[in-house]
Parts: sequence; C-alpha cells; structure tokens
Amino acid sequence: MKPFDYVRPATVTEAVAAAAQPGAAYLAAGTNLLDLMKGGVSRPDRLVDVTHLDGLDQIETLADGSLRIGALVSNADLAHDPEFARSYPAVAEALLSGASAQLRNAATVGGNLLQRTRCVYFYDTASRCNKRDAGTGCDARDGENRTHAVLGWSESCIATHPSDFCVPLVALDAVVEIEGRNGRREIALDALHRLPGNTPERDSALEPGDLIVAVRLPPPARGFSAHARYLKVRERTSYAFAVVSAAAALRIENGRIAEARLALGGVAAKPWRARAAEDVLRNVAPTADAFQEAAWRALADAKPSGDNAFKIELARRIVVRALLLAAAGTPARLPALPASPFASTSGAIHA
Amino acid sequence: MPELNLTSAPAHLRHGSNIGQPLTRRDGVLKVKGQATYAADNHPPGMLFAVMAVSSISRGRVASLDVAAAKRHPGVVDVMTPSHKPPLAIDPELKTNPFVFRMEVLQSDEIRYANQPIAVVIAETLEAATEGALLLAPRYETLPALVGLDVGESFVPPVVGVGNPTEVHRGDVEAGLASAEKQIDAIYETPPQYHNAMEPHAIVASWDGDRLQIDMPTQGLMLSLARIAELFGIAHDKIHIRSPFLGGGFGSKGLMAGPPTLGIMAAKLVGRPVKLVLRREQMYGPVGHRAPTRQRLRIGADGEGRLTALDHHARTVSSTFDDFYEPAADASHTLYAAPAIRTLHDAVRVNTGTPLFMRAPGEATGSIALESAIDEMAWACGIDPLAFRLKNYAEVEPISGKPFSSKALRACYEQGAARFGWAKRSLQPRQMRDDAGLLVGWGVGTATFPALMFQAQARAAIRRDGSGVMEIGAHDMGQGAWTALAQIAADAVGLDIDRVEFKAGTSDLPDAGIAGGSAHTATAGAAIHSAGAAVIAELADLATNDERSPLFGAGNAGVIAREGRLIRRDDESRSESYAEILARAGVAEVEARGTGAPNPAAMEEYAMHAHGAVFAEVKVDPELGQVRVTRMVGAFAAGRIVNPHLVKSQLFGGMIWGLSFALHEEAITDRRSGRIMNANLGEYHIPVNADVPPLDVITVEEHDPHVNALGIKGVGEIGITGSAGAVANAVWHATGVRVRRFPIRIEELLTQH
Ligand SMILES: Cc1cc2nc3c(=O)[nH]c(=O)nc-3n(C[C@H](O)[C@H](O)[C@H](O)COP(=O)(O)OP(=O)(O)OC[C@H]3O[C@@H](n4cnc5c(N)ncnc54)[C@H](O)[C@@H]3O)c2cc1C
Ligand code: SF4
Repeated sequence: MKPFDYVRPATVTEAVAAAAQPGAAYLAAGTNLLDLMKGGVSRPDRLVDVTHLDGLDQIETLADGSLRIGALVSNADLAHDPEFARSYPAVAEALLSGASAQLRNAATVGGNLLQRTRCVYFYDTASRCNKRDAGTGCDARDGENRTHAVLGWSESCIATHPSDFCVPLVALDAVVEIEGRNGRREIALDALHRLPGNTPERDSALEPGDLIVAVRLPPPARGFSAHARYLKVRERTSYAFAVVSAAAALRIENGRIAEARLALGGVAAKPWRARAAEDVLRNVAPTADAFQEAAWRALADAKPSGDNAFKIELARRIVVRALLLAAAGTPARLPALPASPFASTSGAIHA
Repeated sequence: MPELNLTSAPAHLRHGSNIGQPLTRRDGVLKVKGQATYAADNHPPGMLFAVMAVSSISRGRVASLDVAAAKRHPGVVDVMTPSHKPPLAIDPELKTNPFVFRMEVLQSDEIRYANQPIAVVIAETLEAATEGALLLAPRYETLPALVGLDVGESFVPPVVGVGNPTEVHRGDVEAGLASAEKQIDAIYETPPQYHNAMEPHAIVASWDGDRLQIDMPTQGLMLSLARIAELFGIAHDKIHIRSPFLGGGFGSKGLMAGPPTLGIMAAKLVGRPVKLVLRREQMYGPVGHRAPTRQRLRIGADGEGRLTALDHHARTVSSTFDDFYEPAADASHTLYAAPAIRTLHDAVRVNTGTPLFMRAPGEATGSIALESAIDEMAWACGIDPLAFRLKNYAEVEPISGKPFSSKALRACYEQGAARFGWAKRSLQPRQMRDDAGLLVGWGVGTATFPALMFQAQARAAIRRDGSGVMEIGAHDMGQGAWTALAQIAADAVGLDIDRVEFKAGTSDLPDAGIAGGSAHTATAGAAIHSAGAAVIAELADLATNDERSPLFGAGNAGVIAREGRLIRRDDESRSESYAEILARAGVAEVEARGTGAPNPAAMEEYAMHAHGAVFAEVKVDPELGQVRVTRMVGAFAAGRIVNPHLVKSQLFGGMIWGLSFALHEEAITDRRSGRIMNANLGEYHIPVNADVPPLDVITVEEHDPHVNALGIKGVGEIGITGSAGAVANAVWHATGVRVRRFPIRIEELLTQH
C-alpha cells in the first residue's frame, strides 16, 4: 500500500486546513475509501480522519422544525432512531436497504453522500476511466454497461451514483451544510452531486478542504410521513446496489395529492429528482393512471447508454409501484426486507 | 501449529455403532474460537511476505517491469521475475501425468490470460510487498484478446472432463427425432463461474537445506507433494505439507497451481520462510474456474410423452495453452430413458486461465440445461413435469444399458413431492399468486452424480492401553472429514470415537487420494475400514493362537471386535480386551494397513450414481422482475449416510449453490480485454442469507452392496444438480417466460403485463 500521512485534527477548522492541500482526503468510516485505496483507485498522500471531531454525531430538531443530522452519525444509528424513522420513513427504509448491517453500523452520513460510483471500470485501474484519470477515456461506454446511467449521462461518463440514502433525501429537499476554507455555507443536496458533462472527474460541487458537517431536512419534509416509501430493485434480496430505485412521498389531503415528491436512484450520476413528474401529480387523485403519467414524465428524457434500455422501462414501473405504495400509506413498522419488492411477503426475519 | 485438539465427545454421541450417528463436527469448537490454524495463520520466525504482481492484459507479453522502483521501496527485499528466479528441475509446461496442469511460474514473459502472475515482490511487510508490486508498473505488448464462445475455430477435444469420451451415442438420434410427435430444440447458456472459496489460496513455505516445510490448503496432499517434488527436484520424503483445514476448495485446491509454487520459489530465492496469499481478485485467473457453456438440446417425444431421442451438444472453452473441457453434455447419459442418446462437445480456445473442476463439473452445467429442456418437453406434451420425469424413468442406465448398483430415485420423487405439496401445482404457468400479488412458481429438477472411488491407504494401530490409532492423509474442506472419517475409524477398530486417535491432514500420513469427485468419504472410508479390519485380524491372531487366551482356537473368522474387546462369535461369554491381549503378548502395539480402491468388476457390471429430486418455489414480482426463492425441498438417495447431520449440511450447501447457479453467479468478462470486471465478492453475486429460503433435506434410505464395502456414495456435489434446474423451472412456472441464459436476470422477466 502506498505510504500516506494520517492526521487526526482536533477541530473542524484544523480539519479543513489539513484537507485543503492537494492529495488529501477525508476519512470517515472508510468503508468506501479504504477499499478504493487498497485497489489503488484512490492514492491519497494524506488522510484526514474526521471520526474524532466533536459534535458531528448529533441528530437534533431545530427551532424551526428542521432536522439536523451530523455528518458522523452512522447509517444504522440514524435509521434506527425511532423519532427519525417515524418522521422520515422513506429515508430510514432507504438506509436499511443499503449494504449490510455491518457496513451500516460503520458507514457515516457524510461518507454515504460522497461515496464514489460502483462503475466496474472506475474500480479497475487497468481500464480507461475519465472519472478516475481525467481525459483517458471511458471503457464503460462500449463495455459491460447494463447497470449504467440512463439519465444525465454524457459521452465522457455513464456512471451512476450508488447511494440509496440520497434518493429520498433529495426528494425531501435536503440541504447540506459545508465547512470550507471560507467558512460555512450550505447547498441543496440536489446541487451537491454533479452530472458528468465533460468533467466527470469532479463528482461533486465541493472544493478542496470542504467538509460536510451536517445534512438538514427542512420543516416541510415531515409533512410526507404518512405516505412515504422507498423501493429498490436489485439482483439479490439484500446486500446489492440498486439496479433502479425510487423514493416516493405524497401529501394527501381530502383524497387528492396536495404535493408529491419523487426521486430515482441508480439511473444517473446523481440522485435524480423527477420534478416534472411531481408537477403532474399536484392536485390529482392518487390513481394508477396518474402514477403512470408521472412515470412517463419522469423518464421522458431517458436514453440507454449501452445494454441498459431495460432500466428505463424498469424505472417507469418502479415509479408507479413506489407511488402506489406511498399512496397506500407508510406501514406502521418498517418491513423486515426494507424497500424490497418482497417486503410484503411473510417469512423474512431480517435483510 | 499446536496439537490439534478435537472435541473428543461431541454432542449426541451414542455408544455402539459410530457410523450413522449425527455427531456435531469435532473441529467446530476450534473454529468458533479461532483456534483452527489455517495455512495463512502460520508465521515461522523470519518470515517474509510475498505478493504477486499480475497481468492486466490477457494476451501479449510483458515488455518491461520497473524492478528498480519496487526494490527502492522501503521494506522490499527482492523481486522475483522471469530473469531472476530459482531454477526448476523440470519445465512446468511438461504434462507428466493427466493430473498435471500447466502453470505460470515466471518461465517467460508471455501473457496468456488476465491476472496471470508476472512477478513476485518479497518484503518485510505485506504492505511493502503490495506497494512494491504496484510500483513494478508493467508495460505490455498487447495482442487482441480471444474472448467468448464464438472466437476462432472450434474444434473437438480428444476428451472432456477427466478422460471422458467427447462423443457418446446409443441408438439413432436423428431417426428418433424424426419419428417424434413433439420436438424441443433449444439453446442454453451458462456463464464462467469462479470457485470463490472463503479462504484464498495461501502458502507458507520454509526451506531448510533441501528440506521443505509447507502450510497450504490442499484437497490433494500427495498429488501436490508429488508435483512439488518433481518441480523442485527433491525427494518426496524431504517435503512435509500440513493442511489440517481448508476454508473451502470446491475443486480449485485439488491440484498444485502456479501461485503456491511461486511461494516456494520465493522462499528459495530469499532463503527465508515466505508467505504468499492471493488477493480475492487474483483468484480469478491462475487457480481454475468453471468454463462457460452453450448447450443445444434436441429432444423428441412420442404421443404418450415418452422420449424418442435426446441429443445434447455442448460448446465450451479452454485456455490457449492447456486442456480442460467442462463435460456438460454428459449429464444426459444417466437420467432419462431415451432409446437414442447422443452427447457431444466442441470448444474454442480463449485467453483465460485453464478451467478446472468446479462443484460438479459437467453435471451442474449440463443439469440446468437438461432439466430445463425436459421441463420444456413436459409442457409441450401437456404433462406435469414430475409425471413426465417418472414416465421417462430410467430403469437401467440409458447410455450403457447397465443396471444401477442401486437407485432409490423413485422414492426421492415421492417423498420430496409429498413434503413439498407438489400435487397442488397448476399445470399452466403464471397461474399462482400469493396474497401480496406476487407470482408463484413451482419447479422440479432431478439430481444425479456418479458414485466414484479413487485410491487411498490408511494405517491402523491398536495400542497397549487398548486405544486405537487411525492415520490417513485425508482432507477436511469444511465438509467434516475430521468427524465422519473418525466415525468410520471408530467402527473399523471396534472402539468408541474418543478411544481412537484419528490423524489426518498432513503429507507424512498414508495417501488418502484427492478430496474431490464427492468420493473422499467413500474412498478414504474404505481404506480406513480395511485398515481397521486388518489390524483387528492381527490382534485376533495374537489372541486365538495363544492358549492362555479365552479366545484360543477361535480362528480369525471366529471373533468380532466391539467396544475394545474381541469376542468369540459363537460364544459371547468368551472375550478379552485389546489391552489384555497386547499385554500378554508383550507387544506395544499391533498395526496394519488397508486400501480403498474402485472395484473394476462391479464397475463393469453396474452403473453407480447417487440420485435426488429437488423441488423449488419462487416468487417473482410480476412487473419488476425480481426473483426470490421461497422454499426448497431436496430428497436424496446417496447410499449409506455416515453422519446425517454433516450430510444434511452438505446437501443444504449444494442446494444453495444450485440456487446461486440459476439466479446469481456470473463472472462478467469484458469482451474487448478479456478482463473479469466483477472479481470481488461485492459484485460477483452469490446468495446472501436473505436469498436462502428454508431448506428441507430428506435423505432417502438406500442400501448399495456394490459401490464399496461401506455402501457410501458421495453427497458433496449432487446438491447443486437438480437444484439449479428446479429454480429455473420454477421461474418459468411463475412467469411463463422461459429464460435460457443463466443466471436469470431481471430484464428477461420484464415482460408486458
Ligand atoms: C460491499 C458494499 C455494499 C454496499 N452497498 C450499498 C448499498 O446497497 N447502498 C448504498 O447506498 N451504499 C452501499 N454501500 C456503500 C456505503 O454506503 C458507503 O461505503 C458508506 O456509506 C460510506 O461511508 P463511510 O463513512 O465509510 O465513508 P468513507 O469511505 O470514509 O468516505 C467516502 C468518501 O466520502 C468522503 N467523506 C467522508 N466523510 C466526509 C465529510 N464529512 N465531508 C467530506 N467528505 C467526506 C471521503 O473522503 C471519501 O471520499 C456499500 C458498500 C460496500 C463496501
Ligand atoms: S462510466 Fe464514468 S466512471 Fe465508468 S469508466 Fe466511464 S468515465 Fe469512468
């Protein structure tokens, strides 16, 4: 393994300073970063371990009703926080559908947001990859790409963002709090991940040294708790990334949808908010027909980037199903197989 | 390595006969406590770490390696390359016997497949060696890779599997097809698969002059030892291999491969003990795999649903430099009573490591295709798939006409179907739903695996204190040899299991043959049985020839051994303990050897196979296409069951591999580079707990007087056969979509709804 410096800053300011230098990377739980380092995909000179920073592991409700989740809260702790799961059930369901129990116990909120793509050519250092080595080419474009992007991709990169957590978060207008060299700022989660364009090497809007300190869910996000689901189709029952997923959240008043939120996962380089679909669902009855229409809108711009045309049809069907599930109401308890098409079948004790 | 301290009196131990008791595994506590020493757990003093650099191209040559950069890295001791390596005594390309495969051990700069070792970096730490390997930054001269089942000229290999004929026929297939009322002509594809044992291949090698000490997981201690001896030009008795535990092998640790050989070379080069452990992705190349197949099945049936012909053609691949051909079509030899059968194979050569035996080689790949095709024919005939199989039940082995040594398959079908509730199945597909609206499908597959025997020896002794010793260089891959073979040993010498010191897992013990072909318990068991009988005969000689013994004059045949005593057969009141016999005779111990071997006369006369019937239920989301197996019942007839507990676990494992074959496993090969893109357990999918449904295993009573003295057939591999087809057939029954490319993927089930 390549030798690297390891620093453990005492404060956020020190952390930002230490990470602002070229070749530095933040280390959270390392469930993604250390794999990348072992494979020679990431070769940082310096790891800035943020796991010992104070105050970043809190879940707090703010005066205005927002929820603020510290960047170091573990995926498992967040999902299993009863108050959180009650208020943002689709987010809890998405978290619990990701990875394995062991990984969720370790993985952090900040790390989950910034995990890298699972494009196999990105991981394979013998392959050409514009995201790993800018300007070298994209071996996925004509390669094994049945799980690659169908939305927002470019000729330089067809990778997807793999996070489940981000999908309902982006649907609920989550905001990311960032501490950088010029102090604190915040951006919408929707603006955190970048589409590839001609610069796929840049995954996110973050600048060198930028540290995610928290994710905030604004007050209206709670308004969907009665009708919010996450649905994830994958190639085994558990412990696999989404082929396609969707988060659907509805505010239903007097039998009509007052407001709908919809986002897709596994389809683009970012969690994909489907605003056009949300628009057609405003003020209509929650019917299968309306959901079909929304699904067509959501995928209107989709096009295959390879052997993956099926993902477009699959995504439409997932959208319809996720909306139907949301309309049917959030279950009183999280299913034993969270986000699974098999969630409703008996027999499973755990994922 | 500390003395192996196996649990001496495991739970459930009953006195009396040991064979047939469901003992828990005697090495279980060691494993749970982390005290079972696997090869890579060894750290002899002064040990260095070796890391292989492997090729990222699959065809061409290494043009340059930056050895200087690697050597400059702190901690790196040496870099072994084709121009800097200890010499071998023979050219490793030489095929000295049919069980020798060519290996890449830095003999040239040629590259024949991706992940081929091209250098070995030896360092004080694993981290330094790993970075050193990266710093070699190889440059290549690259040639276009040969990839896929259609590349280049196909050819008919001389043999498939281990010496099976490439083409076999009986009766006139074309005439049978022509006369058929119904015909099926379908093509099935199976992907490359990798063994993926939990424990990667590993070796710790230490030279002391010309003596060589090795810790290495192997399924074939003596085969490995012989190969090492010829490669390094040293006598067999200079080599000692310890392999007490394997973290799985599945066929990939049967024969000496390149990487452990490199470990021995590295130790020689630096004159210090060396450890070399493969990284997970390095297991996708130099240590074997299952080759992809494309199988065409043409089947004919008459108006009654009786087969008129079965034609099974399999295309597969081998490497560009050696020969192993997955004998997929041979699966059609034994199961269904077609009057005309033809099986044939052809192949192309691709840039891959040489394929090898993997979990029912041929039987597994062939079974999923055959069981699918039989199901298709049952549907074409409008007959329930189980009824169709019974209608075409083979009373004698179809390909040879020989009677079966035993075959309780009918009972397997019956008992499995009853347990599963098969009678309630709808004939039509896409008819059954659960409460949640998911499609439900039921499928059946027939399991079959040959009952093989290899060669093995064992040494038994009875000691002065009346205890026994049984020595055999047997292998425990996790299947439970430490327990099952000890049970056989205990019965063989007429003692309780805790009175027999059972020694296994090292190369200084008698040759136990190979733990493969599901034949280890049968073969090693037969050797143990005969060694036990021989040592008891020695003891009986001492007693019956001594007039001071109560057994005097009983004659050899006149005594039986039970619970540490020899007893007169015709008068059980006259007996004497082993200890008394030895004490009076004034000998410390008596010993004897025994062998286990195939019986050519019986093999000539009988077809010998284990059988089974597997029933599977799947649920499929009608719109989203995701599949989940929700129930499986397997009923197996495999001769005498030495330990029902361990056998059940073996069969569970096999059924899970079958599920995995149908729905999950696939090495994804980049069609341009020949590189495997999912060479890790995150992306090379196998079932996780949530994919494995409640499994129900029934072992059907079967007495086989012909297979071997103990009547044992293997259970290691049969579970994968039948199961894969049962799952595939259940997916069809759930959806009405017949998927012929495995594993079954979501997109194939996204039909209109
Ligand atoms: C086998 C496997 C299966 C998986 N399956 C799934 C799945 O199904 N669904 C899913 O969503 N995820 C899955 N994951 C991914 C998992 O969710 C991520 O690895 C995890 O969330 C990353 O969190 P971490 O704390 O370990 O981050 P790290 O690995 O420590 O960091 C990841 C990245 O984020 C950066 N970073 C971390 N924290 C901060 C911060 N506060 N500010 C700025 N930058 C930061 C790091 O520099 C690094 O680049 C899987 C992972 C594995 C290994
Ligand atoms: S799709 Fe993107 S990540 Fe994958 S190889 Fe191409 S550039 Fe790299």
